[in-house]
Amino acid sequence: MFEILLDATVRAGTPILFATLGAIINERAGIINLGIEGLMLIGALAGFSGTYWSGSLLVGVLAAFCASFIAGSIHALITVQLRGNQIVSGLAMTMFGVGITALFGKGMVGLTIDGFKRVAIPGLSQLPIIGKAFFNQDMLIYFSFVLVFLIWFFFYHTLWGLGVRSVGENPAAADTCGFSVSRYRFFAVTIGSGFVGIGGAYLSLASTPMWIENMSAGRGWIAVALVIFAGWSSPRAMLGAYLFGGITAMQLRFQAMGTTISAHILQMLPYFFTILVLVISTQRLQKGASQQPEGLGLPYDREDRK
Amino acid sequence: MTDILQIENIRKTFPGVIALDDVSFSVARGEIHTLLGENGAGKSTLMNVLTGLYHPDRGQIRMAGEKIHFTSPRDSLACGIGMVHQHFMLVPAHSVFENILLALDNVPNFYSRKTYKEKIQKLIDEFNLDLDLNTPVWKLSIGAQQWIELIKLLMRDCQLLILDEPTAVLTPQETERLFNVLRKLKKQEKSIIFISHKMREVMEISDRVTILKKGRSLATLARGDFDESKLASLMIGKDKVPQWQKALQMSDEIVLDIQGLSVRNERGLSDLDDFNLELKKGEILGIAGVAGNGQKALAEVLTGLKNASHGRIMAGQKDITKSNARYSYIAGIAHIPEDRKAIGIAPDMSIDENLIMKSFKSGSFRSWIFQNKKAIRRNAEEKIEQFAIKTGPDGTPVRYLSGGNIQKVIIARELSEQPAVLVALYPTRGLDIGSAGYVHKVIADGADRGMSTILIAEDLDELLKLSDRIAVMFRGKLIGYVNPRKTTREEIGLMMSGETPGDAA
Repeated sequence: MFEILLDATVRAGTPILFATLGAIINERAGIINLGIEGLMLIGALAGFSGTYWSGSLLVGVLAAFCASFIAGSIHALITVQLRGNQIVSGLAMTMFGVGITALFGKGMVGLTIDGFKRVAIPGLSQLPIIGKAFFNQDMLIYFSFVLVFLIWFFFYHTLWGLGVRSVGENPAAADTCGFSVSRYRFFAVTIGSGFVGIGGAYLSLASTPMWIENMSAGRGWIAVALVIFAGWSSPRAMLGAYLFGGITAMQLRFQAMGTTISAHILQMLPYFFTILVLVISTQRLQKGASQQPEGLGLPYDREDRK
Repeated sequence: MTDILQIENIRKTFPGVIALDDVSFSVARGEIHTLLGENGAGKSTLMNVLTGLYHPDRGQIRMAGEKIHFTSPRDSLACGIGMVHQHFMLVPAHSVFENILLALDNVPNFYSRKTYKEKIQKLIDEFNLDLDLNTPVWKLSIGAQQWIELIKLLMRDCQLLILDEPTAVLTPQETERLFNVLRKLKKQEKSIIFISHKMREVMEISDRVTILKKGRSLATLARGDFDESKLASLMIGKDKVPQWQKALQMSDEIVLDIQGLSVRNERGLSDLDDFNLELKKGEILGIAGVAGNGQKALAEVLTGLKNASHGRIMAGQKDITKSNARYSYIAGIAHIPEDRKAIGIAPDMSIDENLIMKSFKSGSFRSWIFQNKKAIRRNAEEKIEQFAIKTGPDGTPVRYLSGGNIQKVIIARELSEQPAVLVALYPTRGLDIGSAGYVHKVIADGADRGMSTILIAEDLDELLKLSDRIAVMFRGKLIGYVNPRKTTREEIGLMMSGETPGDAA
C-alpha cells in the first residue's frame, strides 16, 4: 500500500519538479517567470507532436526543450534586453501558451503514442519501500534526479553558476566584475524555460501518453509557488514537488476507494495544501535571513542612478 | 613620472542634470591623486565613466598614451582600472571567497576551490588582514567588506585603483592601516585615485589634488602647493570656511533615560546588550564607536523601527518601552537614518512629496481629502531656499539628487516640526565640507532651541566639535562618557576597542 502510494507520489511530482527546477534557474538570475504554466503546455504539445511524428521519445523530449527554450527567449528578450515588466511579460506568456497550444493541438487530440516505460535499475530497485518508487521508474524520472544534482553542482561548483547567482543577487556587482548581466540572465531564462518544457512533456509522454487541451491544469502555478517553498534550492524543490505529488496520489487513492467526498474537493487538496505549506514556510523565511535573490524582479540598467 | 591615465574634456549629462561639464586631469604612475569636490561636483559620475559604467557624451580617456573607449566595465578592468565603490559592489548573500572569485580573471568554469582559496589566502596574509573566506559577506563589518573590495582589485593586479571615500566607514586605526597598504601599493608603482572629504587625510596621503566643482576640473595642485584652507576655499568657492566652536550647554533635566536595554537582531544575536544611556535636555550627545557595535539598533529602537527584548526607555517619568504611548512619543522624534536612499526618502517621488511625508496628515497640506498642491509646492520652495537644496526641474524624482542634497531634503523634513529629540545616524557621511558644515549648524541651532540630539557619527573630529558629551559604545554596551573638551582621540580610540576608562589609565 505505502509502496504504491510512494510510487504514485514520484510520478505525480515529477512534472512539477522539472517546472520548479526551471523556475529556480530563472529566478536565481533575478528574473521572475510567471509564464511557467504556458511553457509547460508548450512543452507538452511539442513533446507529444515530436514523438508522434518521429516515433522517438528522445526526439519528443528534445522538441519540448527547444520549443520552450524559444518561447522562453521571448520572455528573456522582453525582461532582460528591453527591461520590461517581468510580471506582465510572464502572465502574457501563460496566456500565449494556453492559446497557442489549444490552436495547434486541435489535430492532436485523441491520438496516442507509446509513452515512457518503466526501467528497473538492477539492485537499487530491490531496496525495501523506496526501491520500487524511486528505482523502478521511467528514464525521465531518472533524468530529473540527475538534474537536481546537476543544478546544485552548477550553482555551487562552477564559475558560470556563481555568475548566475551573482547577477540575481546584485547585478551591479557582477557587472563591475566583468560578467555580462544580460547574457547570463538571457540564458538562465531560456534554459530554465527549456526544463519547464520537459516538465510539460512528462505529462504528455509519461503520465498520460496523449495530448489533452490545458493538461497542465495549474501545475505551473504550483511550481511558481514551490520555488519559494524550496528557498531557491534544487534539492528542496524535490521535497516540495513530492509533497504536492504525495497529496495528489492520496486523493486519487481516496477517489479509487470510492469515498462519498466530492471528487472536486479531493482534487482541490493538493493545491490547497501546497498553498498552506507555502504560507507556513514563507513565515519562517521572513524571520531568518531571506534566501530570495536580492535582485529578483528588478531590471538592471547600468546607467540608472539608484 | 609618466602618466598612466589622461582624462580630457569629459562631459556627461543625465535627464535634467549636467553631472560632468568639462573635466580634464591626469594621473602619474606610482602616484596617489586625490579628487576633491563638494557633493554633486561629479566625482562619482566621473569614476563611473572611468570604470565603464557610464558612457561619456564627449571627451576622451587615454591609458598609457593610448586612446581608449569603454563599452562595459569589462573593458575598463581589462585596462587595469579597478574601483572600490562607495556603495560596495558585493553580493551580501555570498561568501567572501565567492565574492573575490567573481572578480578574478580567467577562472575556469570547473574551478578548483582549493587552489583559489590558497591563492586568495596568500594575499590576505600578505596584508595581515583578518578575513575568513567562508563567512557570508552580510555578517562582516563594513570595514571588513571594504578589504574584500580591495583584495578583489589586488587579485586582478589592477594598475590604477580608484577608492571612492574609502575612509568614510573606518575607525582612525583602520584608516591608518589602509593608508599603510596604499603606501605599499604606491611603492609597487601602482597609481591610486583617492576620493575623500576629510582634510586631515587628504593632506596626509595625497601627492597631487584635483579640485572638481560643478562638473568642471578647477585646478590640480602638487604636494607643497596646497594646504587645508586653500583646498577648502577652492572647493567651496568662498574664502572663509565656517569655523566655530559650539558653546557647551546642558540642563539637568533628563528627557530620555535608557535602562538595561537589550535588542536582538533578526539572527538572534544581541545588537544592544544591557545598554544604558541618559539624554539631557538641549544637549548634543555624541555616540562614538566602530560601525556595527549597536549604534544602528540604538537608533532603530528609539525611532520605533525595532522592539526591545529587555530593559526600559523612560521619557521623563513615563515608561515608553512598550505602551502605545511610545508611538505618539516616537512621532515627536526626528530621525536622520543611516541609509538615506533606502529608508530616508521615497526615491521615485518628487522633492515636494518627500518634504511633506512627515506632516501630510496635518491640515496645512490638504483640503478635505485632496492634496493642496499649492501649499505643498510653497512648502517645497521655502525648504529648497532655506536649505539651499540643488534640484532639477519641478517634479524630478529625489533619487536624481546628489547625496548631499538628498540629506538636506531629509533634514528639512525631519526638523520641520520642531522635534524635541533628534536621532541622527551618520548625518554627514559622504557629505562635502560645505554640506557637512551646514548639517552641523542645523543641529547646533536645534540644541540652542532646546532640542536634544543623539549624534551617532564615525568622524571623531565631528563628535569632538559638536558634542556636549560623548558616550562610547562597544559590542552593544556603554563603555563610558567622556568630556569632549578634556578627552583625547587616543582615549576615545581605546574605549572604542572596549577598554573602560579605568583600564586605559
